[in-house]
Amino acid sequence: MIRLILGRLATGLIVIFCVATFSFCAQKVAPGGPFDEERPLDPQIMRAFERAYQLDRPWYEQYGQMMRDLVPFCERCDGWQPFLGISFKQHKPVTEIIAHHFPVSVKLGLMALGFAVLFGVGFGVLAAARQNSLGDHASMSFALIGISIPSFVLGPLLIFIFSVQLAWLPPARAEGFASYILPAMTLGLIYMGVIARLSRSGMLETVRQDYIRTARAKGLSERVVVWKHALRLGLMPVVTYLGPAIAGLITGSFVVEKIFQIPGLGFYFVESVVLRDWPLLTGLLIVYSIFLVVLNLLVDISYGLLDPRIRSKR
Amino acid sequence: MSRGMVFLLIQGIALVAIGVHGVLGLGGVNGADACIGFGGLSLLIVLAALGRREHQAAGNSLWTDAWRRLRKNRMAVACGLVSYAVFLFSFAGPTVARAVAGLDGLTLDVDLGAAPPSLEHWMGTDPLGRDMMVRIMEGGQWAIWAGLTATAVALVIGVAWGAVAGYMGGKTDEVMMRIVDVLYAFPTVVFVIVIMAVFETVSLVVLFALIGAISWLNMARIVRGQVLSLRHREFVEAAHSIGATTPRILARHIVPNTLGPVIVYSTLALPSVMLTEAFLSFLGLGVQAPRASWGTLVTEGASQIAVNPWTLIFPGLIMGITIFALNFLGDGLRDALDPQMRKD
Repeated sequence: MIRLILGRLATGLIVIFCVATFSFCAQKVAPGGPFDEERPLDPQIMRAFERAYQLDRPWYEQYGQMMRDLVPFCERCDGWQPFLGISFKQHKPVTEIIAHHFPVSVKLGLMALGFAVLFGVGFGVLAAARQNSLGDHASMSFALIGISIPSFVLGPLLIFIFSVQLAWLPPARAEGFASYILPAMTLGLIYMGVIARLSRSGMLETVRQDYIRTARAKGLSERVVVWKHALRLGLMPVVTYLGPAIAGLITGSFVVEKIFQIPGLGFYFVESVVLRDWPLLTGLLIVYSIFLVVLNLLVDISYGLLDPRIRSKR
Repeated sequence: MSRGMVFLLIQGIALVAIGVHGVLGLGGVNGADACIGFGGLSLLIVLAALGRREHQAAGNSLWTDAWRRLRKNRMAVACGLVSYAVFLFSFAGPTVARAVAGLDGLTLDVDLGAAPPSLEHWMGTDPLGRDMMVRIMEGGQWAIWAGLTATAVALVIGVAWGAVAGYMGGKTDEVMMRIVDVLYAFPTVVFVIVIMAVFETVSLVVLFALIGAISWLNMARIVRGQVLSLRHREFVEAAHSIGATTPRILARHIVPNTLGPVIVYSTLALPSVMLTEAFLSFLGLGVQAPRASWGTLVTEGASQIAVNPWTLIFPGLIMGITIFALNFLGDGLRDALDPQMRKD
């Protein structure tokens, strides 16, 4: 177990190094700079900008500086927090921007996850309880439709129906609980479909086990058998899917954040790419990667805890 | 090698050939060329079906069994036909529409503007008076090229990587799978976005290949798992003992035996790759105007849903149907090819 954790942390360091290097190379190779305007800037102002952001130094010094800034407790660091540079466009430290907007993405992601788990497990278990009934086919078709509708089709449709026609929910902007409902549904629908399918097949496999037959034989009601005994083992595939789902929900929300104008990380990610805001872009890439590494590790650990048969050898 | 497999291989090669052909001609996918392409493909499928039927009496190989199971799954067959219909719609459609109704996706009719569906324009027109149906057909061509190219790239890298890692074992396996682990921790789509946005001149071929290059990780893992269970089997040892070289054993004995899961996961990779292409276009990073892809059509439609709902509904609907059909077909193939994985 300890070996697994250490190995993954080492992988994480490699990933961060690669990500930062990738971003740096892209910055140096890419055409177009952050200070390009419709009208070319006065060369003197341009030089002042470049000096302010230390872009006038040779590339290897910039690269070395960036790498040194990533090590915790460096001279420009704020305690353990690495120094990720100053945003070219917002003129604020990147760590500050990320700290400010990360919670928004997390909130959206968790709401979408709640929606997906609640409805996914509900549909899946109901479908499994009445296998091959009309309800089974209906919920599985619904799940597959959920997987097949791209979020950028669903989002505008939901806005049109619930905000424009019915005027029930606000169409955009993250202000209050109500404004998160539509984005969370849009983001969570695909995951709901996957979870519904996983929990259905997991349940079907479980109800054939001997201990379920025993539970039935001793006269427990069908409801207790399904919801108390079968659910525990039947939802194993769903639990193991939660890791990738959370990762996808939080790092994959840029389309939804763009549609609903939610100021989360995904929204700023697209902005930083389009505007060539390199420090912010690099910072976001690093945050995304750390997030994925940690989540993958948690998933692996949970595998071992939940099912002793698949204790990882590494 | 059974005859069924020969036909399958021919189909695969034909698909790749059509893909390559399309990619080379991406400047403007020509209606006539596309017609030849899909004509050849449908001919091959018919031939393959005939060949199967003839073959069925002969024996009970994995493939004939799978084919029989697949045909019993009515929904999967229907979804296969729907996928094929979308293929025809996209590639033959524009040519037919031009010949029959004189429609094309580029002629502007500003006086007409955005018109709801009518007898003349079945799916309505966009604000510039262009026929939506033809534009959706052309968008479908991009989606299919994107899907085929990216899946082919993912297939080649993934199968080769997984087979070598699984067969060599030991340190090689360790290092190769560790690389996969590292890549797994990358937010890959994010990287494609960066590359596309930063290098504005990247061609679409590169874009599709890039999408493929980030989609091979799962394929490599699956193939490796298969190979691990295959490499100690008797037929591999037999091949080894008569002096077959490692590349030959891999190419002739190991890889063909992993084809089942590979086909299943390729089918399931197609819709996810199509989605990636569409949402890159949605972000304005994929197919650019005046070309229409499903992603750009949906983006245009989304901005005017309150006034002209059909400009969002039709592209969204066709795209949803296509992805649904491919997903279901993939499920059906998995059930047919690997009964143990069956999800009842």
